[in-house]
Amino acid sequence: MFELIRANRRRSAILVAVMALLLFGIGWSVGEISAEGAGPFGLVVALLVWIVLTLISYFFGDRIVLGISRAKKIDQQDHPVLHNIVEEMCIASGTSKLPDLYIIDDEAPNAFATGRDPEHASVAVTSGLLNLLTRDELQGVIAHEIAHVRNRDVLYMMMVAVMMGTIIILGDGARRLMFYGRRSRTSSRGKGGGAQAIVLIVAVVLIILAPIIARFVYLAISRRREYLADASGAQYSRYPEGLASALEKIGGSTRKLRTATQATAPMYFVNPLKVTARGLANLSATHPPLADRIRILRSMGGMADLRAYDEAFRKVSGRAVGVVPFRAAEQGGRTEAKKPSPVPVPSAGSPMPMPMPLPMPMPGSGGGPSAGMGLPGMAALAPAAAAEAASHVQRVRETTDLLWKKQGYTIIDCPCETRLKIPPAHRRRKIDCPHCGRTHVAA
Amino acid sequence: MIELVVVLVIVAAIAFFLIGMYNSLVRSRNEVKNAWSQIDVQLNRRHDLIPNLVETVKGYMTHERETLEAVTRARQQAIDVSGDLDAKARVENQLSQTLRSLFAVAEAYPDLKANQNFLALQEELASTENKISFSRQYYNDSVLRLNNRIEVFPTNLIAGMFHFTKEKFFEVETPEARKAVQVKF
Repeated sequence: MFELIRANRRRSAILVAVMALLLFGIGWSVGEISAEGAGPFGLVVALLVWIVLTLISYFFGDRIVLGISRAKKIDQQDHPVLHNIVEEMCIASGTSKLPDLYIIDDEAPNAFATGRDPEHASVAVTSGLLNLLTRDELQGVIAHEIAHVRNRDVLYMMMVAVMMGTIIILGDGARRLMFYGRRSRTSSRGKGGGAQAIVLIVAVVLIILAPIIARFVYLAISRRREYLADASGAQYSRYPEGLASALEKIGGSTRKLRTATQATAPMYFVNPLKVTARGLANLSATHPPLADRIRILRSMGGMADLRAYDEAFRKVSGRAVGVVPFRAAEQGGRTEAKKPSPVPVPSAGSPMPMPMPLPMPMPGSGGGPSAGMGLPGMAALAPAAAAEAASHVQRVRETTDLLWKKQGYTIIDCPCETRLKIPPAHRRRKIDCPHCGRTHVAA
Repeated sequence: MIELVVVLVIVAAIAFFLIGMYNSLVRSRNEVKNAWSQIDVQLNRRHDLIPNLVETVKGYMTHERETLEAVTRARQQAIDVSGDLDAKARVENQLSQTLRSLFAVAEAYPDLKANQNFLALQEELASTENKISFSRQYYNDSVLRLNNRIEVFPTNLIAGMFHFTKEKFFEVETPEARKAVQVKF
């Protein structure tokens, strides 16, 4: 994993250089367009805009993003399981400081990481994610987010995004200048030589193309980083199937994240905006296609290391060049994938209470060649499905309680197993349980 | 004059190179130490959690005295153990196994499984178990890196000069540990 971080840093430097060239180019062009020979001045303006934006995003970027997403900070008591999972993944990745945890009250399952370095990192998850996923799946998602932190993706993507933003802002400004400044320019056209004309043409081409190129470079980096975070996530959790199954469940959800915007979309675990356009979709997408991410994770052949991911990536995508830097893939150790956690099956002697209705048989399972085998199969499946349904109810309860608490509600557990949720506006300290009539005193 | 400068530059370059190698060795060694302390923290946490667990479970699992005693015994052994890494790994492995069978047996007690305290302890212990295995992996990775540096040229020269010693892996995954736990009801 150390090799991966180093190799990432090298590649990042190259791509940032490309972006920087584009930025200088467009700055210079803006100068050239507004007045002859003002290229250097435009360059300085571009640099200034860029530096200011970079400083703002470096120091306040995480707070801005968390604020836009309406994320609320939670601590260990609020959700012990989530806290444990984050701690586990930090240990697995060798990150010494736990990131701050945030929850977003939204049914759309999603997550993101932010913060400029592992010491200032934050991980935010939606309540929908906590409701939907089992522990193993949640661990996969957190592993993916910790991988973003660990691989320095957050800082890097922020820097690249700021560069792209600057280029787009400057490009917009320049187009306006070109439009309004046309008359004055045509009057000075006469004395300008051929060289001046070429300079102008280059400038115009740059102004038109730079924002587009910058956008594609940015999106290409973003997609690559998603694959890499999947690779590292599988390695940290040693359980690619957890991540794959999380992606599958999340892909099945049709909800749109309310607080996500075009600007914050690339940060999320999966694209929160659910664009389903075809054709250019692959080039203009912030995330790789879900189906590909899942298929790669499931083709790792019982291994969980970077090399296995790289091989699976090449097999699934059909590309000759993998996604993991060569040195990292070759030098990293080999890691076997963990076996799935055993599903508790009640023994024959002790009938388990079944609080949930048994799932109905699938309509498709009636006919077909496996019809004869249907019964024993169902018998084995039913307790597992019932256990999953029960634990889903449990998860939803926990998350809902957490959200109530974050709204300022006081929660009192009555011995009669009723849970009282007292709104913050309630002034009286004594409250009677509506179920059994016991009187409780709010702290 | 120029020759002197050239020689000085070369000497300085070599010195920097050697210092770099030495520092990388020290860094690897510290990483191993750090990784080890992480394992230690988690092992101790597990030792601390077990009395609570036994206390909670005792009332429900009246017919499983042997299982509970095995857990308590394994815990005591794990606390008392002194000696090398292999011995420590062995007793901790023993403890993991007894815990696993305790939780497997607990599946047969619906009342116990409805107990909030038990559920919280179960999550804590399962998570601690995970943390132990993740920190072990991280520790072994760091040991591998340190040992590689001590063996390969040119860092092996520096390592020999300053007496860097290879570290042992923390192997809990013995063939017996990989086998599924047999539980009799």
